[in-house]
Amino acid sequence: MFLDLIILILLVLTALWTVMTRSLLRASLGLALASAILTLIMFNMGASLAAVLELSVCAGLIPVLFISVISLTQPLTFKEALEHMHSRMARFWVLPLIVIILGVILVLISVKFKAPLPAAQTPDSARFVLWHLRQFDLLGQIIILFGGVFGVVVLFKERKKSA
Amino acid sequence: MYALFVLVPFLSSFILNLPFRKVNKRLSCGVCAVLFLLQMAVSIIPGLGLDKINPAVLANIFNFDLGVDVLSKVMLFCIGLVALVTLCANSLFLKDSDDKFNFINILLIAVAGMNGIVLAKDIFSLYIFLEITAVASFILIAFNREELGLEGAFKYILLSSIASVLMIAGIALFFLVSASTHFSAIHSALLAQDKSLLINLAMALFLAALFIKAGLMPFHGWVPDAYTAAPAAASVFLAGIITKTAGIYVLIRILVSITGFSLSIKSVLLFIGAFSAIIGALAALTQSDFKRMLSYSSISQMGYIILGVGAGTALGLAGAALHIFNHAVFKSLLFVNSAAVEQALGSRDIHKMGGLGSQMPITSLTSVLGSLSCAGIPPLAGFWSKLIIIIALWSAGYQTYAVIAILGSILTLAYFLCLQRSVFFGKLNAEFKHIKEAGFSLVFPALLLAVIIVGAGIFLPLVLDKFILSFNTVLGG
Repeated sequence: MFLDLIILILLVLTALWTVMTRSLLRASLGLALASAILTLIMFNMGASLAAVLELSVCAGLIPVLFISVISLTQPLTFKEALEHMHSRMARFWVLPLIVIILGVILVLISVKFKAPLPAAQTPDSARFVLWHLRQFDLLGQIIILFGGVFGVVVLFKERKKSA
Repeated sequence: MYALFVLVPFLSSFILNLPFRKVNKRLSCGVCAVLFLLQMAVSIIPGLGLDKINPAVLANIFNFDLGVDVLSKVMLFCIGLVALVTLCANSLFLKDSDDKFNFINILLIAVAGMNGIVLAKDIFSLYIFLEITAVASFILIAFNREELGLEGAFKYILLSSIASVLMIAGIALFFLVSASTHFSAIHSALLAQDKSLLINLAMALFLAALFIKAGLMPFHGWVPDAYTAAPAAASVFLAGIITKTAGIYVLIRILVSITGFSLSIKSVLLFIGAFSAIIGALAALTQSDFKRMLSYSSISQMGYIILGVGAGTALGLAGAALHIFNHAVFKSLLFVNSAAVEQALGSRDIHKMGGLGSQMPITSLTSVLGSLSCAGIPPLAGFWSKLIIIIALWSAGYQTYAVIAILGSILTLAYFLCLQRSVFFGKLNAEFKHIKEAGFSLVFPALLLAVIIVGAGIFLPLVLDKFILSFNTVLGG
């Protein structure tokens, strides 16, 4: 319980740092770190397959994609970055406060979560879940990927008229 | 059979991008028109196959758990109709053949997403198809890659992401209490654990998410910018059907299939509905941009639909479903009219217009019909849905909200009269003497939609009894 609490606090702190940091690169690293901590929680709760996916995709692949895109952009000068950080602090200083208040509220009301929760039904394997139980979702995922890739091509490809 | 509603648009988009793209480009518009017409026909004509069990071949490959009731049929018909109108508008507004082709592909993906939402019987599947629709919507809004469009799309992405986070948190809580994401399993679990704090929290998260998706006040921030900045054809599609499917339909489906209508839920719905109907109409009165006025009008009409849902009766749901259909028709028509005016004048500022009725008689006539239907003037189609919603509110004991609904209608009439007077009536500005009626691809959908408004207004009373009665089965689960 104590370990869970420490990991949860670490997760919230990393997430806050990700949102509030001045550099995009640090934000990407913060995201990777938050995902890695989330992986720990998932392992701890016995969801090992979800943890592996979280670690490989959210903590691995996605930050790599972000960082490769960031490397193509022009970084801010030190002065600009400082100004940006100040304006960000001025806008988001309330964010940690909200997180703390929400945390306290959730801890207080969690006492009342006495509902007789059923145990999660764990089917045999991920393969069974994906190909038999969640076939429609799988189709949906394929359509999202197709739509996303198509969108990137449509929005970022140089058009004839602008060439 | 139901699976084809998702598979056919998606595979069509996929196949159109395979080799022989030049031939595909020429065929794409015709193929889509046929697809959308088929969807409309299959969803309303009994015996065309929608109610039949999956053909064996399909059932062996795809094991989808999908379902259809009268509400889904209304939605499927509206999706087909608005997609067809969008296709017509697209063919006029986008000159480049590549752009036209790309737009059609995104349209097909959006249709597949919305059909998936309408057919899903599992809350997680529904979420995934909502995301497909959202991704297609971002692309449609930003399609022209102009500054305003990109800003509108960015606002929509931000608010839609917040809605997605709220929704996935709600789904997690529902899963926690039911160990399943199927509608019926969650419904059974909720019955066993009435008034649980977790369930109330899940429902609150879900409602907030759906209010954002539906663009209801005070969650409407993205609507005016997105509708105004999007290309003309995308505005028709967004206002005509996307917000209704992603927001209102999902809300109704969650209420009738999972949570039911508790007193607190009804109170929230009625308040938000009344607030949106009145404030949306008041905001529309102050607009000078044609499309922006229609955007606020959409928010107001969404409020009307929510008022019908908030009555919590079969009559209220029937009124809401009918108003979804009517709004899809008349708002698509009005956006087509705004596109025609914008194309002719190169501006959307209604204070710079006037007397266009003599130059653009068909646009003017159809616009008057759309406006009057939206204001609920008999015998047009909009009158019947508004009448049913007001009767449903009154008979459910919400007389105050019924009066607010009537007040909303009066305000609707007021801002549309202002719009008509400023744009189509009065003295023609000398610089607009050369203006001619819009091309066939805008006149045809306008006439088609106007005929539907008049035809539905005349023939609806003949089938209203059956239509309302069929909603008893929807409410029964």
